[in-house]
Amino acid sequence: MGLSKLNLLYKETVLDHSQHPRHHGQLPDATAHLELRNPTCGDVIDVQAQIEDDKIIDLSFDGVGCTISQASASMMTVALIGQSVKRARELITDFSKLTIGDEISDQADEELGDAAILGTVAQFPARIKCAALPWHALDELLEKREVEKND
Amino acid sequence: MDNGLNNTRKDFKILDQIVNDEPFVYLDNAATTQKPAAVLQSIINYYEHDNANVHRGVHTLAERATADFEAARDKVAAFINAPSRKTIVYTRSTTESLNWIASSFGNMVVEAGDEIVISQMEHHSNVVPWQQIAAKKHAVLKYIDLTADGELDMDHARQQITPKTKIVSIAHASNVMGVVNPIKELAKLAHANGAYMIGDGAQSTPHLPVDVQDLDVDFYALSGHKMLAPTGIGVLYGKQELLEAMPPVQFGGEMIDFVHHQNASWKELPWKFEAGTPNISGAIALGSAIDYLNDLGMQNIHAYEQELVNYTLPKLLDIEGLTVYGPHDPAKHTGVLAFNLDDLHPHDVASGLDMEGIAVRAGHHCAQPLMEYLDVAATARASFYFYNTKEDADRLVNSIQAVKEFFANGTI
Repeated sequence: MGLSKLNLLYKETVLDHSQHPRHHGQLPDATAHLELRNPTCGDVIDVQAQIEDDKIIDLSFDGVGCTISQASASMMTVALIGQSVKRARELITDFSKLTIGDEISDQADEELGDAAILGTVAQFPARIKCAALPWHALDELLEKREVEKND
Repeated sequence: MDNGLNNTRKDFKILDQIVNDEPFVYLDNAATTQKPAAVLQSIINYYEHDNANVHRGVHTLAERATADFEAARDKVAAFINAPSRKTIVYTRSTTESLNWIASSFGNMVVEAGDEIVISQMEHHSNVVPWQQIAAKKHAVLKYIDLTADGELDMDHARQQITPKTKIVSIAHASNVMGVVNPIKELAKLAHANGAYMIGDGAQSTPHLPVDVQDLDVDFYALSGHKMLAPTGIGVLYGKQELLEAMPPVQFGGEMIDFVHHQNASWKELPWKFEAGTPNISGAIALGSAIDYLNDLGMQNIHAYEQELVNYTLPKLLDIEGLTVYGPHDPAKHTGVLAFNLDDLHPHDVASGLDMEGIAVRAGHHCAQPLMEYLDVAATARASFYFYNTKEDADRLVNSIQAVKEFFANGTI
């Protein structure tokens, strides 16, 4: 089989997102940002968000990482811009499920869009962390924001 | 067919398997080595015939277990030419050995304003313990830089090691740069300045003849699992008078001479450091690993690996867009080959190689200060041992080419 299995992980859409990342760089009107590291490889991602009235107005990301983490971040921004904070967190959970090979609803699959394609990472256990890193960063950012709001 | 040094491949059953539909090639030996049948058998023998706690019983099995446990210590001592078993302390790993040196000996000798000198190519286990003791004692942690070639810059070493230096702690062989550092020369420099010299032997002891008396190191640390033994057994060597002066790190059973209600006295060396039931089977297996290595001969292992590097390094350097870290002269490079391919992230490269059945490491190799120094986020790393072959090297080189093409074309 050899390298042909790589096609499962590095689909055209994934390579496109990593080579031409959407919403990459600084977000001038960001209301919050969160930096997360993958201690096993040293990758670092900084997710920036503009949130108003519990709605994600805009997202961006910056940092260094592998094809999978960069593509995943790009796909995440596309999927979650415009979502309510509540729905975004639900979709983050759905994405997590996909990466460990669990089923999700058709509705969630559709809303995740390109990101749902990364579900094939479930067949590459060593790379699940790479795909999950940006989503964990955003989830932590949203979690912090809620804690601060309730304080 | 090439079967490794002295046809040793057959002793490593794990190498004979199919991974991702391809014959397995193991090139992650700097992380941990595989274990030959003889070492595995020594563990089974111990548990089937001799299992008992050491230094405690008067029954026959306790005597046998103790004798084997101590015989293994003598093998370690002979292997690194330590003067006596008193100077060989069992630990969990190189990491634990270095931590003990820093937190006990370092704590004893380092004072405010003193310098601790390490290098840019140290593993985290030879960086972080020194950061801790430097912070606690208000000492200064200094780094020796590398030459453009990736070797330790000895001119810079002569500047960094000063009369204020109390400790110099350097890897004998680098787990990234593929170089052997001049520990003997560094020890002379350290001693001339009144400092203590510590050698991190994790990457050298498995691959080179090591003579701690000739190196004149004050302490030396090594791990069993990087030299055919199981995980969880390591060694701390120290000069006897320094180990005598160094306080124990852990307290409890085994390490005491006599315990009164309010105080206790310690056993003599090396047992004063070995609190609690030790890793008996691990120590015995380390002894068996040393027997295996001695049968092959460390000089032969070194020469064989050098031959593999002479064969592989020029082929890697021929791949367009491939960067190899450390010296490009094979004579100066060990079997640790860290590299990056074009703009590809090493994780992507390693996943590609994994699909070809080849195990390499990708990441920062527990050397983040070095990654920062080299200005890379991470690297891939292939590392040889004596059971690897030129065929393995060809598979690596061809697969790197295939991975490069895959990512250039987006498919194969």
